[in-house]
Amino acid sequence: MGSEFHIVVCGSIVPDPLQTLAPQDGPAGPSLKNEMMLPAVLDPWAGHALFEAANLAAKNPGSQVWLVSLGPKAKLQQVMMSVAQKVPFQLVVADGSASGFTDAFETAKVLAGTIDGIAGLDKSKLLLFGGWQSASRGSGAVIQMVGEMLGVTEQFQGVDKLTVTGDGAIEVLERVEGGAYQKSVVDGAPAAFGWATGELPEPPNNPQVGMQNMQKNMPALMQAKPADLSGTSLKFAKVELPQQRRETRIVKDMPVDEMAREIVEWIKG
Amino acid sequence: MSDETPRMEMETDIVCVGFGPAAGGFLTTLTRGLVNEDGTYAAESKAMPGMPPQVICYERADDIGFGVSGVVTKGRAIRASFPDLDLSQIPMAHEVTSEKVLFLKDPVGASRRPGLFKLADKVLGRWMEDDAFELPYIPPFLEKHPGMIFSIGQLNQWVGGNLMGTGLAQVWPSSPVAEPLVEGAAVKGVRMADQGVDKNGEPGAGYMPGMDMKAALTVVADGPVGPVGQELNRRLGMPEGNHQREWAVGMKCVVDLPEGCDWEPGTVLHTIGYPEPEIFGFLYVYPGNVASLGIFVPSWFDNPVRTAYRYMQHWMLHPYLWKRLQGGTLRSWGAKSLNESGKNGEPILCGDGFARIGEGSGSTNVLTGSGVDEAWATGVQLGEAVLELLKAGKEFTKENLQATYVARRRASWVEKEAEVARKSRDGFTKSVIAGFLGMGMTGLTNGLLNMPGKPVKPQDRIPSVEDYYKGYIHPGEIAEIRATCAKKGTSLHDALMDRVGWPEIPLDGRLLVSHQDALLMGGKVQANPGYGDHVRFADPHQCEACREQVCIEACSGQAIYTNPEGGTPLFDREKCVHCGACMWNCSKSDPKDKERTNVKFQAGSGGLHSVEN
Repeated sequence: MGSEFHIVVCGSIVPDPLQTLAPQDGPAGPSLKNEMMLPAVLDPWAGHALFEAANLAAKNPGSQVWLVSLGPKAKLQQVMMSVAQKVPFQLVVADGSASGFTDAFETAKVLAGTIDGIAGLDKSKLLLFGGWQSASRGSGAVIQMVGEMLGVTEQFQGVDKLTVTGDGAIEVLERVEGGAYQKSVVDGAPAAFGWATGELPEPPNNPQVGMQNMQKNMPALMQAKPADLSGTSLKFAKVELPQQRRETRIVKDMPVDEMAREIVEWIKG
Repeated sequence: MSDETPRMEMETDIVCVGFGPAAGGFLTTLTRGLVNEDGTYAAESKAMPGMPPQVICYERADDIGFGVSGVVTKGRAIRASFPDLDLSQIPMAHEVTSEKVLFLKDPVGASRRPGLFKLADKVLGRWMEDDAFELPYIPPFLEKHPGMIFSIGQLNQWVGGNLMGTGLAQVWPSSPVAEPLVEGAAVKGVRMADQGVDKNGEPGAGYMPGMDMKAALTVVADGPVGPVGQELNRRLGMPEGNHQREWAVGMKCVVDLPEGCDWEPGTVLHTIGYPEPEIFGFLYVYPGNVASLGIFVPSWFDNPVRTAYRYMQHWMLHPYLWKRLQGGTLRSWGAKSLNESGKNGEPILCGDGFARIGEGSGSTNVLTGSGVDEAWATGVQLGEAVLELLKAGKEFTKENLQATYVARRRASWVEKEAEVARKSRDGFTKSVIAGFLGMGMTGLTNGLLNMPGKPVKPQDRIPSVEDYYKGYIHPGEIAEIRATCAKKGTSLHDALMDRVGWPEIPLDGRLLVSHQDALLMGGKVQANPGYGDHVRFADPHQCEACREQVCIEACSGQAIYTNPEGGTPLFDREKCVHCGACMWNCSKSDPKDKERTNVKFQAGSGGLHSVEN
């Protein structure tokens, strides 16, 4: 016997992790070099949250899933075409930067405001989902703040599994140190969950789901409201990527044993 | 209870396969015309009554614009679609500010130059700067000035964003289409690629048969190696006398130029003569000290062990180029094969329920070296035709599409220029000198004079390694080199190039990197799970007996490799950049279809992740 949930997933796009990124200082603060040219994908952490949300909604009839995205509209359009083929959801868009160089508090304020504006959302049924981290800049703080702003005080981080029990309570597995889990039980909605990697793989593309999604989501993209992130007092003193560790060295005719010895030495540090 | 998973079926009005410049032109024209001035819709959907016509475009790559080339174009059709085009809106776009054609001398001495090229090296030497002779005159048929340079990836993304902003067309990336749905000679829609299958295409866990998307009109814009176009050619045949036997593989990289490089944005260079006389080079400079550069290796370059990658590196190292490239950094890299048969390669352009546009429809002009603008133009022509039929409430029958789309195409500059170009490169089937003479004659006489020649199927003209290196390397030595390479699992092409005098590439880890490092550094490959391999061998027994194995030696991503147990080569789609060169350059014919080679290039997902190329 399931429960009816209104699941709001906060998740946006990040530059394709397969690309080489280079931060640079711009007139409006730090940004990524060639950011508008870089391919974008759904943040993998947000992806886990979205796929778990869809799975939970499917198991609990009457539930609905909204994906609330703060990101540049033009880029979101493209990414959402791909994401929309995976699982059913309704898209709510706030048009703004998804560079990862935005203030977590300002981001949370925009997301909370956007969620507040969702027509038909019943906060007594609200499960707030998001990535525990983000591939763009993992402050790990946004979901907590969004939860606080919406008055959701039952919060869990590093979540890998949710189980709805017979009485509508939710059993949560949170990651703790040493590969162990902390098991908690919350009475039910409302609650906030910062997802780790979850348990579900990326669902295959389903063109039929895609068609159904986009009939609702295309207007959402067109109606995207500009996000106001101007209240920040955040200042970046310096931005840089970790030093690139990969160095190509061409060595010919090295015996296999020698290669193995070198790798072992490298692993030992 | 049956465990057979049912195949889903949906209906739409227009389904388009492949999102490139042709589909961009088609969808831009169509969506603009679907809304009247008073905001009402110009036609009603039959699939969803009460709505405007539902238009869906499927694209194989994980995003629109992934893994395609840079281009210089006159952009006549693109400008006509966007009369107020502001190039600064499109990343990496720029107007052409200077254009040069350079004859490159061989500074190494390993190039297989005919006598006339050697003579040119000597005679022109006194006017050369850094071993390059700048042609004092660019024939009008080659000139792109005034024109534009684009990254096609960025142009496609810009066009796609505009399109989806209209809400009147949906462009679906990561959606490989496997084949057309054909009933008799009519096309009824498309079938998507199956998911949840193993590499052989056999159902596995999570099997989901590809959905059938039925549509009144199927627009085939899937390029030179697209499975829908290929299947239509197979089923319906080609028009009398037409063939698709000429092709080229373009390999290119995007480079952050070193500081102080004197190439200004808008600079366009075309090169001939080096590293081999058959290989053309190109370089376009984008804003921000970035350049797109590379080579075209054509089908008449009869080396059975050609790796475009190493030739590109030798080309970059030419003194004229290297002087300005040294110190730069590889930003992106990729390859694409092109259908260069042009008008000779035109398939059946339309039939009941389908129409073909773009490169796969034979629109590329091989004389002017122009294809993107022509592809866009054919898309626009079909867009106008479809609007005309929709507004008149007429069906998408062969007759109606002939009277609207094909009639527009036949009356256009695309057709007139394609007719001029038709025989322009026949001379290359004899020799490179005859080829250049033929191109010049055709271009300068507007097609009145041509150098004769008969295009031969690639698989019929690719010689054995021994024949190609006759007079250069003794067959016995080739056998030894081949055995050593097989034992070590190394490239035969590299070994033979070393042997005939090509110097080792001085890898610098930044711009000159190994082929494998180029895969890692410049636009990585994504191979989505749950799909079958898209490169297969029609008759594996032929591969076992094949001595050349051009598929291995010419693979742009080193994705096809030697089977250590001998026999049929292996395929690693984690490395495949989807250029399709293997399909063209195999030296054996498909036993069931002699016009095609023994390599099958089918529907596949993923590919190169880069939109900068």
